[in-house]
Amino acid sequence: MSTASELQNTEHLTGGHAHIHRDDVGAKLGMWLFLFTEVLLFGGMFLLYMAYRLEYTFEFQISAKELDMALGTVNTLILLTSSLTMALSIAAIQRNKKTLSLIFIIATISLALAFLVNKYFEWSAKFHHGIYPGATELAEKSNGEIIFFGLYYAMTGLHGLHVLIGIVVLLFMLVFVARNKITADNYMKLENSGLYWHLVDLIWIFLFPLFYLLH
Amino acid sequence: MATDKNEHEKSHLIGYGTYVLSWLALLSLAILTVAVAGLDLGNFTLFTALLIAAIKSALVIMIFMHIKYDEPIFKVFLAIALLVLVIVFVLMGFDVFYR
Amino acid sequence: MNSQVLDVNSVDYLEYKGKHKGILAWILSTDHKRIGILYLVSLTTFFVVGVLLGFLMRFEMLSQGKTIVDAQTYNALFTLHGIIMIFLVIIPGIPAVFGNFFLPIQIGAKDVAFPRLNLLSWWLYLIGAIFALSSLFLSGGPIDTGWTFYIPYSSRYTSTNVILPLLGAFILGFSSILTGLNFVTTVHRLRAPGMTFFKMPLFVWAIYSTAWIQVVATPVVGITIILVMLERLFYVGIFDPTLGGDPILFQHLFWIYSHPAVYIMILPAMGVVSEIIPTFARRTIFGYKAIAFSSLSIAIIGYLVWGHHMFTSGMSDTSRWIFSFLTFIVAIPSGVKVFNWVATLYKGSIDLGTPLIYVLAFIFLFSIGGLTGLVLGSIATDIHVHDTYFVPGHFHYVMFGGTIFIFFAAIHYWFPKMFGKMYNEKWAKIAVGIMFVGFNMLYFPMFILGYMGMPRRYYDYLPEYAGLHILSTIGSWVLIAGLTIMIINLIKAVRGPKNAPMNPWGGLTLEWQVPSPPPLENFREIPEIKHGPYDYHYYEEEKVEYEHSK
Repeated sequence: MSTASELQNTEHLTGGHAHIHRDDVGAKLGMWLFLFTEVLLFGGMFLLYMAYRLEYTFEFQISAKELDMALGTVNTLILLTSSLTMALSIAAIQRNKKTLSLIFIIATISLALAFLVNKYFEWSAKFHHGIYPGATELAEKSNGEIIFFGLYYAMTGLHGLHVLIGIVVLLFMLVFVARNKITADNYMKLENSGLYWHLVDLIWIFLFPLFYLLH
Repeated sequence: MATDKNEHEKSHLIGYGTYVLSWLALLSLAILTVAVAGLDLGNFTLFTALLIAAIKSALVIMIFMHIKYDEPIFKVFLAIALLVLVIVFVLMGFDVFYR
Repeated sequence: MNSQVLDVNSVDYLEYKGKHKGILAWILSTDHKRIGILYLVSLTTFFVVGVLLGFLMRFEMLSQGKTIVDAQTYNALFTLHGIIMIFLVIIPGIPAVFGNFFLPIQIGAKDVAFPRLNLLSWWLYLIGAIFALSSLFLSGGPIDTGWTFYIPYSSRYTSTNVILPLLGAFILGFSSILTGLNFVTTVHRLRAPGMTFFKMPLFVWAIYSTAWIQVVATPVVGITIILVMLERLFYVGIFDPTLGGDPILFQHLFWIYSHPAVYIMILPAMGVVSEIIPTFARRTIFGYKAIAFSSLSIAIIGYLVWGHHMFTSGMSDTSRWIFSFLTFIVAIPSGVKVFNWVATLYKGSIDLGTPLIYVLAFIFLFSIGGLTGLVLGSIATDIHVHDTYFVPGHFHYVMFGGTIFIFFAAIHYWFPKMFGKMYNEKWAKIAVGIMFVGFNMLYFPMFILGYMGMPRRYYDYLPEYAGLHILSTIGSWVLIAGLTIMIINLIKAVRGPKNAPMNPWGGLTLEWQVPSPPPLENFREIPEIKHGPYDYHYYEEEKVEYEHSK
């Protein structure tokens, strides 16, 4: 499994005398492994979704009509665009264009905030109609509907939390780029943040049709 | 060491254009999936929605997360994770679909 | 080759003075060896607590009715005993202590891939442990759900402190994930030149396979725990039947992690066995690749069998027979390992050192555990003995007789390397003898009790079970006596003089080619690996005189 080039790499890495070394490929491998844990985390919830959708097919369709498809679509477009700006910010730093990279990071953060604002309006509308966990209006609905909204809040909520964490991470990256801690020679931090951000987008790609497009 | 690595990376720098094209493709697919959701395809509704989502995620993983350009080990890792996911869904399916 | 690594001037990791002093030099250290010791100390502490809880449980069963505690306290006892032993001791166990200490050395690296993340894992472990145990001291009382947290009891009915132990389990899971992620990356990126995958010691193979399970299985229980917390705190409808949920789905998600977790517990132990046997038999391991691949295949198959915990839960008949069938397949790679170990011993020049005695005890106990596992794995017999004492009997043979015995074997095998000191061999052997007797007295009656119909997790029993229960309780005292002797023997050794040679057992893997205890950066020069890890032939031809160091 280990190729000659990989061995040369390791020789390079461990041959030095510095205790803390830099290994870009290693850092990226670690990040991907972390992303897998995220995939499996959401995977568990998608498993539940599969089981319950099978059990409550009809109730899921009724409940999904209460979700705002237009808002969901807008948020999809926002996240996809933020993925683009994220990728572009890395492409820019690779070409040593610091300002451009900063602009793209700011764009990504702004889009992420826009996503959360939309989410806020969406959730508060639901709350206003008494559709939230523990509410008496929701408790009076059928079992399938309670479960649908349970999953809806758990899954979109956890996804929203990931967006929020993404914003914090990107703010750090913004500072790092501004202070030349991230440069064309050393951009693995930004790259890994990008990987995380695309994962957040990936999860939404599945959440969107499964919750908003059930008609 | 750092320069070695960067030459390695720079040999396949991905152009801005590639990203923009993938983004356009993603946007079209997103609109397509909304449009298709309006039609009544019976049992295929879920199937088409998931198919489109799969295509979109493949685009994101290949281009934005540049798995396409990474070393083979990343592809192996990804395959392992996806395999695990598939196993879990199939085995749980034996319960929920046959209960 | 030996002259390079035998450098008296290099500071060993125990004496190295960094920028921090006193205890800070330990709890803020990113050195993989110090982190290994941190885990060893904290884990042993929790183990002792867990043993005491187990002792109380057995004492309660000494007589019918209330002996020392009431039913509710007994529920808390078995829950906390389970949580401590599983989440705080066995799951981190061998990877966190010996994996941390020896994995980098065995592949010829100076540290793990992410040293700071490694320290963070230990801190998370400690924080998680505090949360998990905090319910003991808070109003509402200690958690009484059993370590499995089954729904709907845990989400709706119990009034005890459930949230904090759940949060603790989540944090512990995170710690476990970070350790796994670190090890996978380390094995891929930091092997010394010439150390190909098939020249890695089998312990590394086992830790590597385990690390993968840690990464891809733990998140599932993480999300399950979060969902239970959401359900309990905010009435989010997920699993609770009164909210339309399906409790069986909780069991699925829980066991999707917790069954592979069984292999997180046992695989590293199998790796340690594969190290000790060739060393003490002075023979190349029989079937190196078969053992390496059996580790991987156990990791994979272990992922396919979680449903065998749920035969009586009411899941579909189809999945019951599928899971039962898949369960039997695990026996194949496990069998491959046992046969290869025995074949390695065959015609070896066996040195009956303490570690090997532990290993032999392990093979005996683990075989009983494995065979009774087949009884539980087949649907027809499982329905008879499910939720009886048969089950605790089975998993104590596997987990205690398997993992913990090998944990002890590993301590005795690597102790000279870790501390540079030798322990008293005579007392170590007496301890393992007493423990072996006590262990069988304690747990074997459980199989019979279970077969007779004694349900698990009850604080009381019918008169006809009295004899076996008393025997079992007396067994627990014998076992604890053995444990005490072992621990005292090791503590005395830690306080004793530094007298361990570089290679007391004549091992060939890399850790035996650095001084005891190892210097701060393990190797002065990164070694180049030219032969397999157990090539005793090669060493005899080259006349490398490892006996000299004795």
